[in-house]
Amino acid sequence: MHTDHQLALKSLRYRRGVLQAIKHAGAGHTGGSLSCVDILNVLYNRVLKISPATFSDPHRDRYVQSKGHSVEALFVVLAERGFFPAAELDTLCQYRSHFVGHPTRKIPGVEQNTGALGHGLPICTGMAIGGKLDAADFRVFTLLGDGELAEGSNWEAAMAAAHYKLDNLTAIVDCNTLQITGRTHEVMSTEPLTEKFAAFGWAVRNVDGHDFAALTSALSAPLEPGKPSAIIACTIKGRGVSFMEDKVKWHHGVPNDDEYVRALAELDAAIAKQEALG
Amino acid sequence: MYSDAAKQTAARLGLKPGRANLEEFADTLLALARADRNVLAVTSDSRGSGKLGPFGQALPQQIVELGIAEQNLVGVAAGLASVGKTVFAVSPACFLTARSLEQIKNDVAYSDNPVNLVGISAGVSYGALGTTHHSLHDFAVLRAINNLTIVVPADNYETREAVRAAAAHGKPAYLRFGKAALYTLPGEVTAPFALGKARVLREGNDVAFLATGETVIHALLAAAHLETTANLQCRVVSLPTLKPLDPTAVLAAARECRAVITAEEHMVNGGLGEAVAGVIAQAGLGTRFKIVGIPDEYTVTGSQADIFRHYGISMEGLAQTAREVLRST
Ligand SMILES: [Mg+2]
Repeated sequence: MHTDHQLALKSLRYRRGVLQAIKHAGAGHTGGSLSCVDILNVLYNRVLKISPATFSDPHRDRYVQSKGHSVEALFVVLAERGFFPAAELDTLCQYRSHFVGHPTRKIPGVEQNTGALGHGLPICTGMAIGGKLDAADFRVFTLLGDGELAEGSNWEAAMAAAHYKLDNLTAIVDCNTLQITGRTHEVMSTEPLTEKFAAFGWAVRNVDGHDFAALTSALSAPLEPGKPSAIIACTIKGRGVSFMEDKVKWHHGVPNDDEYVRALAELDAAIAKQEALG
Repeated sequence: MYSDAAKQTAARLGLKPGRANLEEFADTLLALARADRNVLAVTSDSRGSGKLGPFGQALPQQIVELGIAEQNLVGVAAGLASVGKTVFAVSPACFLTARSLEQIKNDVAYSDNPVNLVGISAGVSYGALGTTHHSLHDFAVLRAINNLTIVVPADNYETREAVRAAAAHGKPAYLRFGKAALYTLPGEVTAPFALGKARVLREGNDVAFLATGETVIHALLAAAHLETTANLQCRVVSLPTLKPLDPTAVLAAARECRAVITAEEHMVNGGLGEAVAGVIAQAGLGTRFKIVGIPDEYTVTGSQADIFRHYGISMEGLAQTAREVLRST
């Protein structure tokens, strides 16, 4: 298993990859991709039983990124895990590229097409019911945004997942407290999330969404037998680039040349510092 | 549903009374599910209206109930299909194809999860329950979605074959069933059902009736009526697959017949009629043409039979339309 030090280095490099992809494409969802990098890092490097060689295995774990707009983080992690060459990401959003600006099954490693919000949890509920019907041992994970939880379909699925006692299902909320218009609690308060999921019959844990150990502990096994797991991950939108952190303008802001150089310099310095620790 | 004259015509044609397509669907699905435990029915508090009570009794492990939550119904169905289940997601067509349209577009069609969406009590089957319960938009919205086969059976035979074909198809599909008892149409031997294929139920070159679903019987009766009352030989083509539409049968009708009349239990906008018109017009043909369906208005109150009769979807109404179209040539 990768050490926390190794994961920290991976996350810094993923963040660098996210910015490169977005800068190259001239478009992208910067803030939300940076907020969920550490979650994806722990999922793909410590938790999910998924690999390029076994991706068609019916017993593989399933990961569906419901907050599809954070696609750059997903693509960068999948490339690093060997699903496709990282250089292919240079075609992101380009004419005739397979790399659409939201998750698409045209890309190896992507489980479901997403992008419209409120779809991942119902799909994952279906996958988890299917797993239960077959007594299969795979687990199902989805990543939701905190703003996304205003979509009512999430709560239809939350009800069904508890009804069917889907302890093979884990929903992670990338709770960065921002959405495109502003603070989530000002646009449409989705809080209190812990109480809401608990009232729907879920086992809930709040974690620091940038703490590898806490994420690993929360994601490595279902929280409670007979209940789906909700992991409320407190995150910082734009995490890892000082001037992007917790700023709504970076929801889908693309760095200009100067900002790009400064962002990469920050990340390169952090990488050098992290390498020195190892 | 039928006037006395229409019943007499049906008797003269030797048509046997059948049952509702919905009942045929439920029995066919149960037989498929008994043979394969991966076949699932997924419902939204709709097992009663879907005639799936016996299915639930016989195979409780193969029916997934989701309560009154159609968005989740379709999303869950997509997830089940993605892990290898043969899924029939059963819900009233009015809710299934409006409230959960985005799930159909993205989770089923775009992600290519082979769900069979089953719209029950479709069209104006719910009659006097009114507009909230009618699905007169489903052809139009679903035709505009890529990677979705649309099947609208006209009788119990087409229903049985369509359900079996959909189960084996492995691609997203929408099947639409009403709940009125239907006559069994001719043509099982001469025009067997196949996905994507039109079925010529009666030959003739005066008027071609191109119809789908529960309107086909009325077209057939109209053709027989026009033969005895006006000495007209009219073709009747059932189009159980609305998409992909069989262009060969459409173009043959437009080339060989003096006029083409379409009939559908759907608003005249965006349904069978406009699909047929697109094929005919783009082939450069100027065949006389009329779309019969529900006009762009809130329907008159009444049963399905009342509504059909009111808008001319009946033996008498379609025969009258044929005479008018021919008179205008
Ligand atoms: Mg957010």
